[in-house]
Amino acid sequence: MKDWRYWLAEQRGTLLALGIFIVMFIIYTSNHPAGFNANVVQTAANKGVLLAFVAMAQTLVVITAGIDLSVGMIFLLTNCLASWLVVGTPMETAFGVVAVLAVGLVCGAINGAIVIYGRLQPIVATIATGAVYYGIGLLLRPFPGGSVNEDLADALTGRVFELVPASLVVLLAVVLVVWVPFSRSVLGRAAYAAGSSETAAYMSGVPIRRGKFMAYTLAGLLAAIGGLFLTFFTYTGEAAYASGNSYTLFSIAAVVLGGVSLFGGKGSAIGAIFGALAFRTIGDLLFVFDFDPLWQPLFQGVILLIAVSLGAFALFRVRNRLEWFL
Amino acid sequence: MSETTFGGIAGRMPKFIRRADPAVLTAFACIVLLLFLGSLYSRSFLSPEYLLQQLKVASFLGVIATGMMLVILLGQIDLSVPWSVAAGAMMACAAAAYGPTGVALAIPFGILCGVAIGIVNGIGVAYLRIPSMIITLATNAVAQGLMVVYTGGFSPQDSATVAMRYLATGFTIPGVPNAVIIWALIGAAMVFALTRTSFGRTVYGIGNRERAAYLSGIDTRRVVMIAFAVSGGLSAFGGVLLAGYASKAAQSMGDAYLLPSIAAVVLGGTSILGGRGSYLGTVAGVILITLLQSILSVMQMPEAGRQIIYGVVIVAMLLLYGRAPASR
Repeated sequence: MKDWRYWLAEQRGTLLALGIFIVMFIIYTSNHPAGFNANVVQTAANKGVLLAFVAMAQTLVVITAGIDLSVGMIFLLTNCLASWLVVGTPMETAFGVVAVLAVGLVCGAINGAIVIYGRLQPIVATIATGAVYYGIGLLLRPFPGGSVNEDLADALTGRVFELVPASLVVLLAVVLVVWVPFSRSVLGRAAYAAGSSETAAYMSGVPIRRGKFMAYTLAGLLAAIGGLFLTFFTYTGEAAYASGNSYTLFSIAAVVLGGVSLFGGKGSAIGAIFGALAFRTIGDLLFVFDFDPLWQPLFQGVILLIAVSLGAFALFRVRNRLEWFL
Repeated sequence: MSETTFGGIAGRMPKFIRRADPAVLTAFACIVLLLFLGSLYSRSFLSPEYLLQQLKVASFLGVIATGMMLVILLGQIDLSVPWSVAAGAMMACAAAAYGPTGVALAIPFGILCGVAIGIVNGIGVAYLRIPSMIITLATNAVAQGLMVVYTGGFSPQDSATVAMRYLATGFTIPGVPNAVIIWALIGAAMVFALTRTSFGRTVYGIGNRERAAYLSGIDTRRVVMIAFAVSGGLSAFGGVLLAGYASKAAQSMGDAYLLPSIAAVVLGGTSILGGRGSYLGTVAGVILITLLQSILSVMQMPEAGRQIIYGVVIVAMLLLYGRAPASR
């Protein structure tokens, strides 16, 4: 086996997600009335990066064999907070951005502390903390409203050099600043190891607790970046329960499409980004084909159902029936 | 063996207390505490009318939590509750629009829709081995999509049948609401199924170790599928009762039941990993959550504060007695 074959085997999920995304995007743009131009790409990118950030957040936790059902609510909470803080002079705006990101970090750290040091099951713990975060968001914004520094918002949702969507540049920067260092660090390896086999990782002296805690904390940060971007797109803050819930749900779908194993230890945030972009493009396909928007929830649901059922093909490779049961 | 060999305080307590699960006892203690705090706020908290009213409201959650408990005992989870509830309610109301036959079949039809959702979940979990959290989220999305297409995005216009209203709000035995009787019947059936049938024993077995259950010759996959179908059906039945209570169905009527039903089961001492838990605990959890919600709303706490207190209480109670054993 050559090195590149190992690399290919490791990146299979990511490459598959990239492939699905490219095919879907070609279908999308070739049927779009405006065709393939910078405007269409910009709109698609702006819609896609929101889910991409939330999906990256979900990936970090899923890699540790956990799940974070509060990402959508952290996303909402930071959106509401940003609509208060990210305004005014450049200094005030900068402070606001830092404060919003810090709140995201704290939310993630609370999740991590409860799950790792409190030893509660991630599903129940994050549903409960999600309710708390949603409640705080609702306190901040009982009614939709607020504002944001529009210069910054327009700069980050516009285009760089009239060509590349700025949101994609930010996404790339976040990948380079957050994901790449994390996944190559000792703690990142520990998160993977804990997801793959917690007992084996523990026995080998891997710092699993710190690794998992780091993953939950950074997930909060990434969800907060998503919430910040939501504010830049909408110029307002809104605590909409259904929207938070659907972002949580779609983040799981994006993670699955992106080749990240829900049993932990496998996959990468880059795959999840392509999964998110592909999921958004599939959802928008209905519009370019002029279907009634009423069918969109059903269509997305069916795509989700098919995507998760694809994982079942692995069953055909099982030789021993006992491997059905984990 | 004499009682004194156990020594200490535990030895001198009556047998039923010593045998009880500490989690269930804590939950019941919390109920008493909540009632006490409520009675400090207003005398009417201890009146029979108020308590019966709470029991009636609790019975909707109770029916839904019964199904959830069955699934959690398997070590799985059912996140398709919101739209199973809504689908059951909407389909029952929709059937009522089709003449006398429709009215007669409204309730079974609503429940059947829930069972259908549950069967899809069950096939996914048992035969395709998809993690239950994922497949139930997906079927929830599909059920939502179907309902949105069916209603055209608006609240459905059909209203509940007389029978549905009677089940949810009527009185067969004077003083005892029908909804409470239904919950008691379903609860009794569940206790019987869990403790006196091979199905129930298998559920506990699978929750502990599915491999072992399979190797002892049980068709574990069929049991898992039946459990999911029952859970879907009970969710839909809860929806039918809710529609009867409000006399119509609504788009997002099920959203408020997902977290409470999971919380009720877990607060009642059932392990989220499966294989351990009693129905008595679930009853305690359901009453506890209903009382908490009721007291917060009587105190005119805004929605935001209710969500926060709710989440904090669940985390706090789980930290008290729901922790996993330390590694090593």
